Amino acid sequence: MVTAHAAGQPAPALNQPVLELKGIGKEFGAIRALHGVDMRIFPGEVIGLMGDNGAGKSTLVKIIAGNFPPSHGEIRFAGETVHFARPIDARAVGIEVVYQDLALADNLTAAANVFLGRELKRKLGPFSLLDHKAMAARALELFGELRSETRPDDLVKQMSGGQRQAVAIARTRLSNARLVMMDEPTAAISVRQVEQVLGLIHRLKEQGVAVMLISHRMPDVFAVCDRVVVMRRGEKRADKAIGDTSPEEVTSLITGAKEAA
Amino acid sequence: MTTPLDSPISFTNVGKVRWWQSGFFASQTGYVLLALVALFVVMHFASPYFFTQGNLQNVAKNFSFIAIATLGVTLVIITGGIDLSVGSMMCFSAMVTSMVMTQLSTPGMPGAEWFVHLADDGKTVVANVPGLILLVSVLAGLGVALVVGLVNGFCIAVLGLSPFVTTLGMLSIVRGLGYVISNGRGSFPGGPDADYFYALTSGVVLGLPAPFIYLVVLALAMAVVLHHTSFGRHVFALGGNEKAAALTGIAVVRVKIEVYVICALAAGLQGIIVSGWLGSAPANMATSYELNVIAAAVIGGANLAGGVGGPLGAIVGCALLEVIRNGLVLAQVNSYWQQALVGVIIIVAVLVDRIRSRMA
Repeated sequence: MVTAHAAGQPAPALNQPVLELKGIGKEFGAIRALHGVDMRIFPGEVIGLMGDNGAGKSTLVKIIAGNFPPSHGEIRFAGETVHFARPIDARAVGIEVVYQDLALADNLTAAANVFLGRELKRKLGPFSLLDHKAMAARALELFGELRSETRPDDLVKQMSGGQRQAVAIARTRLSNARLVMMDEPTAAISVRQVEQVLGLIHRLKEQGVAVMLISHRMPDVFAVCDRVVVMRRGEKRADKAIGDTSPEEVTSLITGAKEAA
Repeated sequence: MTTPLDSPISFTNVGKVRWWQSGFFASQTGYVLLALVALFVVMHFASPYFFTQGNLQNVAKNFSFIAIATLGVTLVIITGGIDLSVGSMMCFSAMVTSMVMTQLSTPGMPGAEWFVHLADDGKTVVANVPGLILLVSVLAGLGVALVVGLVNGFCIAVLGLSPFVTTLGMLSIVRGLGYVISNGRGSFPGGPDADYFYALTSGVVLGLPAPFIYLVVLALAMAVVLHHTSFGRHVFALGGNEKAAALTGIAVVRVKIEVYVICALAAGLQGIIVSGWLGSAPANMATSYELNVIAAAVIGGANLAGGVGGPLGAIVGCALLEVIRNGLVLAQVNSYWQQALVGVIIIVAVLVDRIRSRMA
């Protein structure tokens, strides 16, 4: 990693974008999936990433999450240029993804899922055993922060969609992520649970976490986002504050009725 | 574990699951254990011989002969896999162990000079270090199991072949290799260490058959590993949602290879113990045992879809099968009925579980 600010003082944390994309492009063989995408996300900001199927949203998310590298362009995280070889590299700097299917193991408890792959252990002689108590306590703390009524020792398969979402989001809080990308978190859950999930996004925002919400649901985007970014045919067509646009304009940008704004 | 009283969350509309509706009591293992206890009571009234020490020792010994392998297969089943090669593996490890033991105990054979010498009378074979031949031959038997487990794991985890097909092929390969190295003849544990071998495999300690003691120790170790280590947690996660396991950074390939290796080692150890009881390792030993082993695991509550199972279930499943077999013998029922009955029990056990989860 190379420090971006080779000379001079680094910018104050709040004015510095947590994530900055410069001219990101990606080709798969002859297919140009992304072209010249610039984007900045600031701490505590919620960005709605919208676009039709095939617009390049998931490609962009996968590049940021370290699933594959961009063909062109530069990713800066907290002012520093970063190159992710694997998803674990992106996670190491503080980028977490909440996947659409949530990546939860149904047969395990909420606490076990939160700590999956990052279990807390205690030493017992030569063996290191799971520290069930500490994990349950920490998970309960996280669910409390998210104001979700979720018991750490309940099995995930017995939980509602909102609770599952809380478990998946609590996982991102474990590492004090600075950017959380959420892929269609409200796609398959009930109205009441959508409210809960939007509430969870507000909690993240309050704690200074930048959130990128990938969604098809216009009402949700307009309810929680500060800014909306519209993608079409691999390019960024709009990047507007929520107050300066309308669902109608976003829809016409997504479908191509309006080329750019 | 209970939620602390100073919980930061108030649960207004999220009910707490009652203790008897969750965990062990609501599991298939729980009510199969109940069925086993009921069966004990029935057998007590049906036959005066059932609760004699000799018969119970016999039952404990007999089910220990498949239960160690069942522990291994249960571990594989929890990850959502299957291992059909355990029967062949039992035979092959037993065979290698007894052949190595015989080879090293025969003066004049290559390698034997390091382990044995002839006594002054020129006939009696004496071990240089008592027990060393036994150790080496058992390690050889487990060594081939390790290799087979690694090959299984590599094909399944790295090459992405289906566990069913891979281990079906391995069933045939390992059985075939057994016939090749033995030329179809059985082999016998022999030499100065054979007595130790028999003592360790079919001896009785404090009234308990030695295989039963190994089983209990291994089952306890497995329970601790499954529920109190991150390896065990990852085994369950793999069976619950393999994609999630990979996304959360679990080393899926490594965990998978490890479970197939452990399973092969368990089968190998089981085979070595069985050969001690049989007094030989015939080339057709443990043929189709994989079916008994998998049946016992499934009856005990391991879910072939992955994510559910445990050592207690493996033991309960094996014990249930053995008590039924024993009961049919004591009741003088034609023993051919046994196999049909085992099939019925498999289906009933899974059916009851299905009905229960529908009602919940």
